[in-house]
Amino acid sequence: MSEFAFDHTAERFPDAFVERYRDRAGGDWAVVNPVALLAVASHLKNDPHLEFRLFLSMDAVDRLLLPDNNPRYEVVYFLHSFKLNESVRMKCRVGELDPQLPSLTPIFQGANWFERFVWDFYGIRFIGHPDLRRILMYEEFQGHPLRKDYPLRGRQPLIPERPIEDIFRGPGTNSML
Amino acid sequence: MAEPLSPEAADAYDPNPPESELEAHLPTKRMVVNLGPSHPAMHGTVRMKVELEGETIIRADPEIGFLHRGFQKSCENVTWTQCLPYTDRLNYVSALMNNFGFLSAVEKLIGIDIPERAKYIRVIGSELHRIADHLTCVGAIGLELGGFSAFLYGIEARELIVDRITELTGARLTTSFGRVGGLERDLPEGWVAKVLKTLDKVETLASEVDALLTRNRIFVDRMKGTGVITALDAMDFGFTGPCLRACGINYDVRKAHPYWVYDQLNFDVPIGENGDNFDRYLMRIEEIKQSHRIVRQALQQIPEGPVILNDWRIALPPKSEVYGTIEGVMAHFKLIMEGIHVPAGELYHSTEAANGELGWYLVSDGGGRPYKVHVRPPGFAILSGIARMVEGRMLADLIPTFDTINMIGGEVEQ
Repeated sequence: MSEFAFDHTAERFPDAFVERYRDRAGGDWAVVNPVALLAVASHLKNDPHLEFRLFLSMDAVDRLLLPDNNPRYEVVYFLHSFKLNESVRMKCRVGELDPQLPSLTPIFQGANWFERFVWDFYGIRFIGHPDLRRILMYEEFQGHPLRKDYPLRGRQPLIPERPIEDIFRGPGTNSML
Repeated sequence: MAEPLSPEAADAYDPNPPESELEAHLPTKRMVVNLGPSHPAMHGTVRMKVELEGETIIRADPEIGFLHRGFQKSCENVTWTQCLPYTDRLNYVSALMNNFGFLSAVEKLIGIDIPERAKYIRVIGSELHRIADHLTCVGAIGLELGGFSAFLYGIEARELIVDRITELTGARLTTSFGRVGGLERDLPEGWVAKVLKTLDKVETLASEVDALLTRNRIFVDRMKGTGVITALDAMDFGFTGPCLRACGINYDVRKAHPYWVYDQLNFDVPIGENGDNFDRYLMRIEEIKQSHRIVRQALQQIPEGPVILNDWRIALPPKSEVYGTIEGVMAHFKLIMEGIHVPAGELYHSTEAANGELGWYLVSDGGGRPYKVHVRPPGFAILSGIARMVEGRMLADLIPTFDTINMIGGEVEQ
């Protein structure tokens, strides 16, 4: 789907892509070298043949429980171009120790909150982000809840919770009812 | 060219001189005001920290997360089908669109196509809920700008649609309708005729709302030219849906990448030009009319046939098979206990929800449970741009701006 955009970018930045593949639904993916991330994003946005101007979304995946889990994290980006009427799917691989990536905020203002989300839930730092605070969890929260080693029931109430037996069932407890 | 001021005169200089010499001088200083977490004009629980200089907003910082329920973490720990009730709670005003959007993404990840009749029913349900969502939004704008009657007409119409949704799904708001591979039940008897009657009534009520607001001098004065965002900024922030189209950009997922049967239906996508509150309001008024067109056409074209795939690895077998045959029991048991085995892989898929592009990035490890469910709630990107829309403007403009972006706590805070 976005072969043209990736070919065009690869011509300009030969070392930018570590890998390219197509998913089962026909979406083209590019694994971007973190060093080239800013250059690639800027090229996709500003090149007159591409114009990927709509910042759709980004998120991360913790690959801890998957067979191929080194490096541990993947940060995914989705951009859309009205000119080509297609979306690009990109990802950066990030290691387990001190995970960090360059921030896309200088290129897309929309990356601001999405990067705060990824920091909040996966603990990946974005270098150059103007205001990297937690976004949905509270400041006192310890850890990053969407990491696969964070327990499902790892509650950290600021005010002690009353013991209500009824809520301690279902996924993440011993009783699977 | 004025002469340079003397030092004494410079100290006494007032940047905002009173309009008349008789007006008392009111010294202002910068102050920080909290709107919310439960301000009456805030939709849901959101806190807006605004720094004011007089009545002008210098800085606005929305603080979200009060409604965070751990959507993604919950989904990762249940089967694909069990995620469905969680998706209701994303946009609780138009739950069917979340249900169907999620199911479409899962179906695409498996690589299956659903029966034609199910596609039509999904379109009808989505468009009915789009009307309901827009009516709620438009009514609430009227309410918060002081026009209470518009809200009552809007809610009356919404309630009629909610009744039809109740007959279809069995629930008013938390529909959990549809299953991977189609729908779990067909349209109820006599429902189509009822929907057609409802549409007539809703059309009348929606035009009442339109008549009360669109040419209302007070309403127009508060909406026109407030909460402006340029097309470039809107794209940068990731605006989609009516908020992006109000800036003059023609992007609707239903037209750009048609899914279900949208390519066989005749409808227009309204485009604005100013990117202000009034245009965003007009987009919604017009989209209500277009959704009417879509539902009527779909009800005419809908074919007979099954509503769910006959593949027991994906859809539950009919009850007679479950109670009568060993294969039926086995298939039922495996689907309930293990879930649908979605082949390992990943994809990004999106549908057009009431507020914009509802995107899903799904990762499966081949088991019965999702490995990762990323949702791209349209409201999250739009809310992140609100500071840009209100900074440097009057505090009173924050209220209509907050209304027209139609922030839904459930989807923004997951």
